[in-house]
Amino acid sequence: MRKTRLLLLVVAVLAAMALAACGKKGNGLIKVGVVNNPPSESGYRQANVEDMEKVFSKENGYELHAFYSIKNDEQLQAAKGFITDGVDYLLISAAETTGWDAVLNDAKKAGIKVFLFDRMINVSEDLYEAAVVSDMAAEGDTAVKWLLSQNLSEYKVIHIQGAMGSDAQIGRTGALDKQFADGKMTKVVQQTATWDENAAKQIVETVINSKEDFNVIYAENDGMAKGAVKALDDAGITHGVNGKVIVMGFDCNKWALRELKAGNWNYDGQCSPFQAQIISDIIKGTRKVTTKKIINEEKGFDAKTITDDDINKYGLGN
Amino acid sequence: MKKKERKLFGNGLGQLAIPIIAICVLVIFNLIRDPSFFSIELLQNSDGNIVLSGNLISVINGASELAILAIGMTLVTAACGGQDISVGAAAAIAGSTFVKVLKSGGQITGFKVLLAFLLACLVAVIFASFNGTLVAVFKIQPMIATLILYTCGRSIAYWINGGATPTVESPILTAIGGFIPWIPVPTPILIVLVMAVIIKVFFRFTSIELFTQSVGINGSAARLNGLNSTFIKILSFMILGVCVAVSGCIGVSRLGLINHETLLLDIEMDAILAVAIGGNSLGGGRFKISGSIMGAYVIQMLTITLWAMKVPSTNVKAYKAIVIVLLVVAGSPVVKKWFEKTVSRFKNRKPEVAAKGAGES
Repeated sequence: MRKTRLLLLVVAVLAAMALAACGKKGNGLIKVGVVNNPPSESGYRQANVEDMEKVFSKENGYELHAFYSIKNDEQLQAAKGFITDGVDYLLISAAETTGWDAVLNDAKKAGIKVFLFDRMINVSEDLYEAAVVSDMAAEGDTAVKWLLSQNLSEYKVIHIQGAMGSDAQIGRTGALDKQFADGKMTKVVQQTATWDENAAKQIVETVINSKEDFNVIYAENDGMAKGAVKALDDAGITHGVNGKVIVMGFDCNKWALRELKAGNWNYDGQCSPFQAQIISDIIKGTRKVTTKKIINEEKGFDAKTITDDDINKYGLGN
Repeated sequence: MKKKERKLFGNGLGQLAIPIIAICVLVIFNLIRDPSFFSIELLQNSDGNIVLSGNLISVINGASELAILAIGMTLVTAACGGQDISVGAAAAIAGSTFVKVLKSGGQITGFKVLLAFLLACLVAVIFASFNGTLVAVFKIQPMIATLILYTCGRSIAYWINGGATPTVESPILTAIGGFIPWIPVPTPILIVLVMAVIIKVFFRFTSIELFTQSVGINGSAARLNGLNSTFIKILSFMILGVCVAVSGCIGVSRLGLINHETLLLDIEMDAILAVAIGGNSLGGGRFKISGSIMGAYVIQMLTITLWAMKVPSTNVKAYKAIVIVLLVVAGSPVVKKWFEKTVSRFKNRKPEVAAKGAGES
């Protein structure tokens, strides 16, 4: 009992010291408050958080305070906290698109400049400086454009979708659906594996078992592409560069880009988690804001042209 | 005459009637839809092995993790009269542990894989014992007790390996999750067989099966008869823990990749469903593990059938739900009783018909 009390006391003292340290002002650093989703959400988010920490570092003249939650109300509380603490800039990747009006108005009154990153919020445009976001539909368009540029005599596509209704699924499905509707490509199967790698494998297995012909696999993330490729391997079907089936994935995990380099896959589309540099450039005045919504430029990598530098620079994870 | 009827519909085969009928209906439906649906052939895979391929293999192979979890879930259900909804999250933890050990420097050897598997088992059993203690000692409803791990399990799995999806490559893993060279049957199928045999032998040489049933039917009565019901309940959770570790490791080995968010996603609900389709009472007591395993295959066959029918992605779950409602209603006591009554009425009338027929000829 005494031990626990002692422990509590120590924790309390430490917390007080931490608070005091936070309260210190006038060290010449730009104070940035970041409200984000937790890194455990995905590999994408982990890279996003690491990128924020790298760009908004002491060496670059920033003092970074970050809060992570997938719950909108907790995020709102944290944002209010940052406003009362008196940060200079508030960066938000919101869990939900609604409910942010009051907090952003408070920030405006307090003279704090707000940036949105990764996700948009449903508020009027004058409440924030700029929003740096991914355009999932553009990712799909880039991928489909690449696929069309391969000039295959016919396109028989197995389309493996992510969790239905998610931003990434809707964006990446849209571009391909247009091709199916135009008749330029044939839909062999379009099915959701809800981002589950093994489900993706089973879906492709089912197509192989039904003896249907196909020459493209369009998987909406890397994991599902890996699952699909495993099904091809089990059936002895060749894939990748010089193979029978073209394999396409998204997200640019490092291991996926290595598969690309080895010629086992053909294409991987980027979903860039790197918004911090753009925001930093705007804060420091080296980049002018022309439109409030800034689309983060996202690449697509081709197995024939990808380099080791690309893998190190754009790959997520290790 | 009456005794025979009882045996057919009361217990014995009676409990297995629903899964057997469900499998038969699915098989017949698929044969009508596409006569070649169940054709099996030998193919050469990219590693140069000759392997079996076909929808039947896909179903049995794909249901392996579910079947193994259903074994453990049946025991927990029987002993505690409730279900563990944390098996998916716990499998993610076990799988992450497995990968963590494999990635910890050096080459992946058979010994290392065994070590990784044993450690994954240990971790899963510890978490399962935690659940079991909450249920058996603190008398918390199983679903509430396991809700804790269900909520935080995948976050714990994240701490082990980080957010990106780490990959491990090794011929040994390919052998576990895919094919052992020169054996054309997918290894997960063999693992299910081994697990089923182990549990059968375990029941044969111990009285655990009987003890579990009596604890499930009436815990206090069992205790008065000298059974340690707390121990039996925790033991059932620990066995489930081993099942969780095995299926987690299979899930990881299939692709050599761990995604803590999607590994065995939503499998807890399917495992409970498998137990229910297997004709086991979700309130505890009498149980039949073979029923649950068949239930697992029913669920997988249903999924593959829907995929083969190219049901649109947005509708898959709805179709699945319709079939499951039909199955569960068909297995309900009310329908069973009605069915029994109809059959016995028909049987009682039969002699008259036969006598009439004889008289006419």
